[in-house]
Amino acid sequence: MNAPPTHSHDPPEGENLDQLNLAWYVDKVVQWLVFFGGISAIIFIIGIFVFIASQGLGYAVKELDLGEFFFSPLWRPTSEANPTYGALALIAGTASVAGFAMLIAVPFSLGAAIFIAEFATGRTREILKVLVELLAAIPSVVWGFIGLSIMNPLIINTFDVPIGLNILNAGLILGLMAAPIMTTIAEDALKAVPDGYREAAEAMGATRWQVVWRVVLPAGKNGLVAAVLLGVGRAFGETMAVLMATGHSVHIPTSVFDSVRALTATIAAELGETPVGSDHYKVLFTLGIFLFLVTFLINLTADLVVRGKRRNA
Amino acid sequence: MVSAPPPPETSAKIQVQVRDLTIRYGSKVALEKVSLDIREHEIFGIIGPANSGKTSFLRALNRMDQMHSSMKVDGQILFRGKDVHSWRNLYALRSKIGVVFPLPVGLPLSIYDNVALAPRLSGTKNKSDLDEIVERCLQRAALWDEVKDRLDSLGSMLSGGQQQRLTIARALSQDPELLLLDEFSIAVDPVTTMKIEDVLKELKKEITIILVTNLVQQARRLADNTAFFLTGECIEVAKTEDLFTGEVKDPRSRDYVEGRFG
Ligand SMILES: Nc1ncnc2c1ncn2[C@@H]1O[C@H](COP(=O)(O)OP(=O)(O)O)[C@@H](O)[C@H]1O
Ligand SMILES: [Mg+2]
Repeated sequence: MNAPPTHSHDPPEGENLDQLNLAWYVDKVVQWLVFFGGISAIIFIIGIFVFIASQGLGYAVKELDLGEFFFSPLWRPTSEANPTYGALALIAGTASVAGFAMLIAVPFSLGAAIFIAEFATGRTREILKVLVELLAAIPSVVWGFIGLSIMNPLIINTFDVPIGLNILNAGLILGLMAAPIMTTIAEDALKAVPDGYREAAEAMGATRWQVVWRVVLPAGKNGLVAAVLLGVGRAFGETMAVLMATGHSVHIPTSVFDSVRALTATIAAELGETPVGSDHYKVLFTLGIFLFLVTFLINLTADLVVRGKRRNA
Repeated sequence: MVSAPPPPETSAKIQVQVRDLTIRYGSKVALEKVSLDIREHEIFGIIGPANSGKTSFLRALNRMDQMHSSMKVDGQILFRGKDVHSWRNLYALRSKIGVVFPLPVGLPLSIYDNVALAPRLSGTKNKSDLDEIVERCLQRAALWDEVKDRLDSLGSMLSGGQQQRLTIARALSQDPELLLLDEFSIAVDPVTTMKIEDVLKELKKEITIILVTNLVQQARRLADNTAFFLTGECIEVAKTEDLFTGEVKDPRSRDYVEGRFG
């Protein structure tokens, strides 16, 4: 056989070029750092969930009367003789306030986003964007304070009702709170629509509004839906403002002037005064798990909607 | 009409008359003192290297200067005898002038909706009217046979060459009198380019076409008259054949068509 020489003691030339240099080591280190950074965030989230679940899940599955929990409006956790843990009124409270908030926030935020992204130019646009971001930075306790000290007397005087801490108040406050974030996300979604689409439509003789309505909104609709869903999630999870502005009374509402109590506010108000490990304590954690699941589902839906957009693009 | 063939120069009405057109972006001049005439039912070619002001010329014609805040246009562009700068309803002007961009812009709509968009914008609602327009425009753009079974799928799912024909169909859907094409073949394969060129030859019977092209030979194949732009100057306007047989006023025109720079 005439096999080519194997050069068993001469290393191939490439061996000399293949050196591990500084850039290679830096790259490896950075890769590990980023990996641990990412992993730790996930570990924290899982840790929090495991903690909450360990406090409430076992109890919720084995001992809690889930029928009562979901369908009874009687929330009497501190009753000596016969405590009941019906969360229906609390769920209704959260849902009604969040729903009313969205009635306010969706038109406001989408309108603002369309105006900023499509119609405003130059300084107007920059100023509006800064304003919206400033609004988003107002702490929720300040919103709660506004609800308590400004909206409350305003509602009492305007509508001639005995108490101004109710769905109307909390819904307005919460709507105004959620709107800036929704505006920012919706505006990003509109910005992501390529300018070529606008130019092409406008070149065909479409008016500015036709361009927005026929081309930009359909193209950005997934991002807009995601913005709304994130706003809904925000409204469900908000605590301080609803604690201060809902009136905090356990009650299935029949009008916007009714006071209600939200899930989050209940946890915030009661957990500190509940003996660790008691049934009441565990039920509060069950409320937490329920809230977590709802917001998780909303965020997941938002995420899937955005992914849907990427796939179609 | 007299029976003898009229002299070629006066055979057709002037559709677009450009006088002393100067275009600036900020203080930068993109096109200076251009004057030329474009006649009905001709293909008017514009050739020239990159950044010579070809796209800016089309923008000024279609009044897309509105979308580029720093763009300033001086001089006259008479479309049907009326200066485009004195049109109050720009939307009406633009709907008479179709545009095809260098890279196909398939709007994120179905194939059907892409073509039906302009008629819908101008108020056509009747489904059978729309069906008719969509089929006719896709036919004219030589795309019908390839897409007739999937009119509901997204326009952006088509291949580059199909998308470019879709944008032509879309531009035709508004029944324009003038069609502007800006380097349409940049993202299109040679076979499709030839298909589109055949389409343009057909279309010229009905409308006027301004064809900006970076392919000198494309202008030779299609254009009746051709202008040569170079860094913001209109060096030459001539019958296309003259440009290629060397009967030019400026030697730079000959150098360019012969590929000596560009
Ligand atoms: N939107 C714009 N803003 C500023 N300058 C521009 C813009 N569009 C084009 N220009 C400039 O105008 C000149 C002509 O450009 P253009 O009309 O696009 O030429 P062409 O289409 O022949 O390549 C170039 O120098 C270009 O940089
Ligand atoms: Mg160009």
